[in-house]
Order: sequence, then C-alpha cells, then structure tokens
Amino acid sequence: MSRARAILIGSFIVLFVFALTGEPVFSSRYAYFYDILINIGINIILAVSLNLVNGYTGQFSLGHSGFMAVGAYAAGSWSNHLGPAFADLLAGPHGILTPLLQPIGLQLALADNAVLLISTLFGGILAAITGLAVGIPSLRLRGDYLAIVTLGFGEIIRTLILNIDFLGAARGMSVRATHTNVFWTFGFAAVCIYVVLGLVNSTYGRGFLTVRDDEVAAEAMGINTTKYKVIAFVVGAFFAGTAGSLFGHFTGYLTPEGFNFFKSVDVVVMVILGGMGSTAGAVLAAILLTVLPELLRALAHTDFVPTLQASLESVIKVHLPPLQGLLENRLILYSLLLIIMMITRPQGLFGDFAGSRKRVRSAGAKVPDAELPGMAAATKTSRTPRTP
Amino acid sequence: MSEVILFIQQLLNGLSLGSIYALIALGYTMVYGVLKFINFAHGDIYMLGAYFGLAVAGLVYSFCQLDKFGAISTHTFVPIFLGTGAVMLSAMIFCAIVGVLIERIAYRPLRNRPRLNVLITAIGVSLFLQNMTQFFVGAQPQAFKQLIPVRAIEGLGDLTVLSSQAAIILSTIILLVVLRLIVMKTKLGMAMRALSVNPTACSLMGVNIDLVISFTFALGSALAAAAGILVAMDSPSINPLMGNLPGIKAFVAAVLGGIGNITGAAVGGLIIGVLETMVEGYGFPQLRDAIAFAVLIVILLWKPTGIFGRVEREKV
Repeated sequence: MSRARAILIGSFIVLFVFALTGEPVFSSRYAYFYDILINIGINIILAVSLNLVNGYTGQFSLGHSGFMAVGAYAAGSWSNHLGPAFADLLAGPHGILTPLLQPIGLQLALADNAVLLISTLFGGILAAITGLAVGIPSLRLRGDYLAIVTLGFGEIIRTLILNIDFLGAARGMSVRATHTNVFWTFGFAAVCIYVVLGLVNSTYGRGFLTVRDDEVAAEAMGINTTKYKVIAFVVGAFFAGTAGSLFGHFTGYLTPEGFNFFKSVDVVVMVILGGMGSTAGAVLAAILLTVLPELLRALAHTDFVPTLQASLESVIKVHLPPLQGLLENRLILYSLLLIIMMITRPQGLFGDFAGSRKRVRSAGAKVPDAELPGMAAATKTSRTPRTP
Repeated sequence: MSEVILFIQQLLNGLSLGSIYALIALGYTMVYGVLKFINFAHGDIYMLGAYFGLAVAGLVYSFCQLDKFGAISTHTFVPIFLGTGAVMLSAMIFCAIVGVLIERIAYRPLRNRPRLNVLITAIGVSLFLQNMTQFFVGAQPQAFKQLIPVRAIEGLGDLTVLSSQAAIILSTIILLVVLRLIVMKTKLGMAMRALSVNPTACSLMGVNIDLVISFTFALGSALAAAAGILVAMDSPSINPLMGNLPGIKAFVAAVLGGIGNITGAAVGGLIIGVLETMVEGYGFPQLRDAIAFAVLIVILLWKPTGIFGRVEREKV
C-alpha cells in the first residue's frame, strides 16, 4: 500500500471516529465554528479540483460555479424525490439492512448517510457529464478565450436553471434532507486531494503538465492534448459537483444566484493565492480564505472601526460611508489580492511546479557551459567501460 | 400593428441597444489590438461613466437653474444640448483618466508576463471598481437625471421611437465617425494601427509605445463612458454592477466582429443588440442574457476570427 493511500485511509478513520464521538456535541455547541468547518471542507474540494484544471493543466476556467450548480441541483432533486424511497428501501420497516441495524439502533443514521452519499455521487456524475459536454467544444480554445467561454457556459447553466420550473426557477429550491456532516465533507475532500495528486504524479498525469508547459511541443511529441484537457476538466467538474451537493445538503436551500460568476471568482482566488499547480497551496488558501472573511467581519463589528472612522473623518474633513462595508465585503479583499499577487508574486504563496523545475533545468544547462574540468573527466570515465 | 411594423420596431430597439454594445466593444477591440489581452474591467469603466455623469448632471442642473423632473417641457433646445454635452464630455474625460491610470498601475507592470496573469489582474481590477463604487454610493440602484425629454418622436405612424433612442443612435454614429478619423487620419491613430501589427518593429521605428497604449486606453474608456451616459438616458436606473453583463456582451460583439478590428466591433455590437431584442421580442425573454454567450460559443467554434478578422498563424 502506497503512502498516499495509507494517509487517505487514515484520514477516513480519523473522520469516522470524529463523526461517532465529537461531531454531535461540536455541531450543536459550536454551531458557528461547525459552519466554518464545513465551508472549509467544501472550499477545499472546489479549490483542489479547480487547481487540476487551472493550475496543473493550465486551462483557465471561470465556470467552476456552473458545475457546482449542476451538482447541487441534481443531488438536491435526487434526495428530494428519490431519497425517501431509497432510505426506506435500505432501512425502512421492511428494508434490506433493517434486521442487521435495528438491534444497534443505527438504521436512521445509515439511511441518512447513504442518501447523502448516493446523491452526492449522482450530482458529481451529472456535473462530470456536463463538464464533458462543455469541455469537448470549448477546450479547443486557449487562454483568455477559454476563460470567457467557460464563464459563458457557467452563466448559461445558471440561466437554464432560472428557467426550469422543476428546479424552482428563481424561487430557489429547498433541499429537504440536510445531512452534510464533517465526515462526508472532509471524506470527499480527502478523496479529491488523493485523486488529483495521484493523477498528477502518475506517468499518465505528466500529460497535464506538458499541456500546460508547452501545448505545441506536447502535440509535437504525440500527446493528445485535447484528451488530457478534457480529462482534467471532467475530473474537476465531478468534484465541483460533489462540492455543490454537499453545499446544497448543508444549507438546505439553493438559488441560481448562489452560483453566479462571483462564486467562480472565489475559487479562482483560492487557486491563485495558493499557487497555480500546488495542491497544498490550494488547500491552505481554501482554509485561509474561508476564515479570513469571518475574521474581518468580526473585526468590522468591534468598536475599533467606528473610532478609526471618526478620527479619519476629523482629519480629512470628508464624510465617508461606514468603513465596516469595506471589511465585510470579501470581494474587495479578493480583488486586491488578485491584483497584488499578480504584480508581486504571480506564482502564488506556495510557489509552483513550473518555477521550481525551471530552476532545475537552468542549473542543468549551466554545467556544460561552465566546462568544469572535473565534469569532463567524469563523463569520460563513465564512458570508458563501454569501449572494449 | 402589422407584422412588418413590429419587426421594424424590434429592429430599431435592437439598433439602439446594439449601439451601446458597439461603443463598449470598441474599447475591448482596441485594447486587444495593441496589447492582445481582454480588458475585463472595461465594463466597469462604462459603469463609472454613468455614475460620474450622474454627479455632473446634478451640478449642471443646479448651475443652469433647470428644473429637475416634471417641468421638463420648459427646457429649450440649447440648454438641453449644452447640458447633455457637458455631462457626456466630462464623463468621457474622467473615464479616460481612470482608464489610463488602471493601465499604468495594474497592467503596465505585467507587460511582458503571460497573458493569463494580465487577465487575472483585469478580473481583480473589475471586482475592485465594482466593489469600491458599491462602497461609496451603495448597492441600491439610483435614478439617473433625465438629460433630455424622453418622449416618442411624432410623425412615424405606428412606430414608436423614443427621443432617447434616437439620441443613442445619433451619438453613436457621431462617435464612430470621430473615432474613425482619429484612427485613420492622426499620427497617434497610425501608431495604434502599427502597434497592433508588430510591436517590436513599431518601437524600433521610434514610436513611444507607452504613450500609444495609454492613448488607446483613454480612447476606449471615453467611448465606454459615453455608452454609460447614453444607456442611462434611455433606462434611467444605474447600479454598481451594471457593467458586468453589457461588458461581457460587448466582448462577445468584439469577438463576433473579429477582435482587433474596429469596424468589426461596431457591426458585432449592432448584431448582438438586434439578436437580443429579437429573442426577447419573439417569445424568449428569459433567454435574453444567454443568447450572447451562445453566439460567442458558436462563433469561436465555427469561425474564431470573427466576421472581419484575419487569420493569424501561430508561430512556435
């Protein structure tokens, strides 16, 4: 068993133990922190999956929220319409597993979790199919065109949902079963990280990196660039869909407005802050950018801000709108982050693949230029055994 | 009303909407021509133009002692013309300065970086402008001052053409002619065209590239500001996010016409405007906002160079 798989299984065990012991107390006593925790998990899934597309494969997508919406609505309507029947089938009075579970009193918990799992997988698969449908035509485009087209697809998905009465249209849709818990949120996050890292670090996954580094060269080497791009896109869309499902089952209410362009921007900011092509960076940025707006909001409601505003206004003699607005609007923070990061540190907080490999490459290139005598001797000696 | 009249009516409405898109699209296409990147923040310049126009309109009204609403019929031609002109010109100048500043602060440091970095910065600038405007003026929509008396023009039979729509189409024609003259007849215009063909050769010929790029941003932003004022004349409600959708639709218009091509942007804008009005008028009002994206996807897949664009070979 590889190390990565051991970590994955280990994290599932930890999560399972937490779900059995700590979670009920934690979720009721510290509901606010529990909310943040779940949001962190959902954002990790979103950021890591988008990083596969934007970071590793270098295809800048601005439509992640569209796939999230597909997943959320698909999973939501699945558990609304088929969930109860499915739960009954499993653990109802005549359910398949009832005889097994009745004695230990777990049948309700199991039914809930099974519905959540199946609906989340369903949402993910539907999002992946959408990703395939969107990806095949649009991934022929590059760079900024691709960004705009994915943005367009995201908006089209949103507009379609707005016009489908079955999904509640503009009224929104309530998801009856709200069972998202830490186990499944972080379980899916762990699977997402495992899959993305596994893909990228496999021989197969080198295809993603070559597509990003030099598409023309990759094509010349016989790599089917479109195939790799579409695969990255579909995997990204799948996990976006699962994140959408978890989000829907967590808030219990979905509106098309919740999946607009700004939601995509949220995720893009996480990927960029963490560093495009760094999964650890994406995870940390997702945590940071979930917690930071909360901290700023808390700061906005202290006495410090009105005092600062009063003193500022007495100096500049201009009446300002309440400064709390600046701190509570996360998009101001995000926009500044984007601009400043791009100018000062475009590789993100945690560096990236391309930068580190470039260093390796240039160091390797310098050796023959320098013509070190020792090196020349070394190459000669290494060749001698070959000559008979 | 017969079918034909209805069609012509839709066409006219579409043309006035399309004029707005055309004016914004010109900014996208010019910036793309010289810098080869999508200035995502362009739609927000249009929004800033409308807000600055609102502020100036307040000053103009109080200065000229004109009535605010209601007694608008007492306006004579000259103050209306001068007042509107003052509002529009000042907004255009203001936005030109903003555009130049944005280029100077956010885009110039990234001149030789990958295009994606500039695109990300542009998204950041766009969000920044929207949210700072929201911070200063509030998120709720505001009523724009009525600059010209809006009423149907008489003597057109069954057709209803509002004076504001006529103003939009006329102003757009004037601005397009002026732009054409600037680009084709002035030295700076020539430099712009040269820069879009080959930046390196252009700088070797002694063209001040920074100046030309700043000028391009100023020109594009001024046109967007004019579009902002014109749209506020027609539908007098403005909000900080008003630049989002028109910005993207105008970008689609620029791509449709062939990005980098000035005539193409104008034609593309009119086509998008007419299409959108037709889709709305003939039964699918909900799909109005999706049609531009559908056009974009179709055009990028079928003819990525657009109507007037020329094919560029990719060099390795």
